[in-house]
Amino acid sequence: MKLHEYQAKQVFADAGIPTPDSRLASTVDEVMDAVDEIGYPAAIKAQVHVGGRGKAGGIKIATSAEEAREAAESILGMDLKGYTVDRVLVEAGVDFENELYVGITMDRNEGEPVAMVSTEGGVDIESVAEETPEKIAREHIDPAFGLHPYQARKVVFEAGIPNDVAMDVASILGTLYDLYESRDASDIEINPVMITSDREVVAADAVMNIDEDALFRQPELAEMEDEAAGDELEAKANEYGFDYVRLSGNVGIIGNGAGLVMTTLDLVDYYGGSPANFLDIGGGAKAERVTKALDMVFSDENVDSVVFNIFGGITRGDEVAKGINEALEGFDEIPKPVVVRLAGTNAEEGMEILNEDLVQVEGTLEDAVQRAVKNAEEVTQ
Amino acid sequence: MSIFVDDDTRVVVQGITGGEGKFHTEQMLEYGTNVVAGAVPGKGGQEVAGVPVYDTVDEAVDAEDADASVVFVPPAFAGDAVFEALDTDLDLVVAITEGIPTQDMAKVNKRLSEVDTRLIGPNCPGIITPGEAKLGILPGNIFESGDVGLVSRSGTLTYQVVSNLTERGIGQTTAIGIGGDPIIGTTFVDALEAFEADQDTKAVVMCGEIGGEDEEKAAKFIAENMDTPVAGFIAGRTAPPGKRMGHAGAIVSGSGTGTAESKISALNDAGVPVGDTPNEVADHIEDFL
Repeated sequence: MKLHEYQAKQVFADAGIPTPDSRLASTVDEVMDAVDEIGYPAAIKAQVHVGGRGKAGGIKIATSAEEAREAAESILGMDLKGYTVDRVLVEAGVDFENELYVGITMDRNEGEPVAMVSTEGGVDIESVAEETPEKIAREHIDPAFGLHPYQARKVVFEAGIPNDVAMDVASILGTLYDLYESRDASDIEINPVMITSDREVVAADAVMNIDEDALFRQPELAEMEDEAAGDELEAKANEYGFDYVRLSGNVGIIGNGAGLVMTTLDLVDYYGGSPANFLDIGGGAKAERVTKALDMVFSDENVDSVVFNIFGGITRGDEVAKGINEALEGFDEIPKPVVVRLAGTNAEEGMEILNEDLVQVEGTLEDAVQRAVKNAEEVTQ
Repeated sequence: MSIFVDDDTRVVVQGITGGEGKFHTEQMLEYGTNVVAGAVPGKGGQEVAGVPVYDTVDEAVDAEDADASVVFVPPAFAGDAVFEALDTDLDLVVAITEGIPTQDMAKVNKRLSEVDTRLIGPNCPGIITPGEAKLGILPGNIFESGDVGLVSRSGTLTYQVVSNLTERGIGQTTAIGIGGDPIIGTTFVDALEAFEADQDTKAVVMCGEIGGEDEEKAAKFIAENMDTPVAGFIAGRTAPPGKRMGHAGAIVSGSGTGTAESKISALNDAGVPVGDTPNEVADHIEDFL
């Protein structure tokens, strides 16, 4: 789960990390009130979960009321890479001399967190990592002990941070690790940390992503998740408790188990079709979940055909078949052709239960996918 | 022969009184696994499916001489349960639980480097040596004893590939689901090393997926250390970057690492044929035997 910049900055500020004076605004008038209080120059920054906001026109600097109004009018309501901007952060501009990068993430190869510091702040850190990896200093952290203060100093000095601010940056890094651990972050970074002309350090941006598997013990952060920001169907999937990812194709896919669902998507592509979604109904799914899954896929207007692929371990084929029948019997006319393939536990019972007036039944994964791709082609023609 | 588990393995089930723990204990017993004890705090003295329950893993191991555990404990408490198992000097711990916070697993991973216990999982279907023992939730009826080792990051994809093999009369020595999380115990390399050392394993199937670099490491290991032929499958060719595809570990990062292309080409370079479909993987294995 991603926090917005304004949310992450609040968390950082509460922990004692210096951040610029700022206000959240959702109308042009609110922006004008905010700049009145903060003064100029002010940065007006779109609050959407999109990288590269600046380049896409989602961040503007205003040096006068006229520019602030123009910026607010152009950013509020704009479409930024598919997301509508409904809130901006109005923030005091910082007169800076240097921009640094500090961040902590999980190094999955080592199975432990790693702290990263660089003098190359203010740009995409992933391209720094690719083009000039020597410019990022790294320090692995033993999760049993946390980040020792000496490690924070070591990585800051290694990165070549100027001496007069090094201890301040090391202190920010220490606080970031405390937040990383206590708030179950998966990534936490400040890019850039600005060094002002008075040699103060300020967090000019804030990224904080939370481990979704840990939200149960981070209730304050869980409340910050705004359902409205994402895709409507993805929000619905969240409500139903499905793992769902929307894609751009027209073959709807429902299955059980992440690996098998991914494989079903890949096969749709392999046989010349285009997958509309990833939908994993999970283990042990009963009839009701099957009905909800079909409802999800049918509500995607891009979907022209559906393939249902279940390999039962704990999931029982007869339960799934009952769910499919129940879901489809509710329609006067089946919205889109549905191909079903059942294997594993109680698959044979399931195949007998399936109403072949409502669905097309196939015996193998390959046959089921090919038939669904063909169905989709027929609809498009 | 087999790797990691056989009919001598004595199992304690952590979380045996929960719905899943109880159901799968019955299934494991029915398959012939020696489930000798359960461990659930506060439930000591009870019985589940004829298996005695103890309050702690320590007591269970002392009383019933167990050497392996299977963890069915809910995610909020599973990290602690794995620690308990690791501190009890077992040979093997299989963690089935899905959704353990990553930072809990980072701590478990640290302890793992200090003990001799093998961890399989978490977020995995477990391990089965057909005809001898299964530790986990794999449906026993699709497996058959034979010559092929299988290691996979996904549960249901494993079942798919196994059924493609079994339908052709190709049985398995041992099949292991190593789990779909970013931080796991046993890796592809660990499993491949064990299959290479197993005299009876004549070929190996490796089912990977997008995310991380474990498949690339496995490719390097195969090229440098294995005589046993390996066939591969990689799920997630069509996954968009930045989206978590069900498994917490199945995500292509923004910078483009962890893609299916990178994994397939690493395996091909190591001489490992990669099937476009699960059935093609079975074709390759048939060619090897």
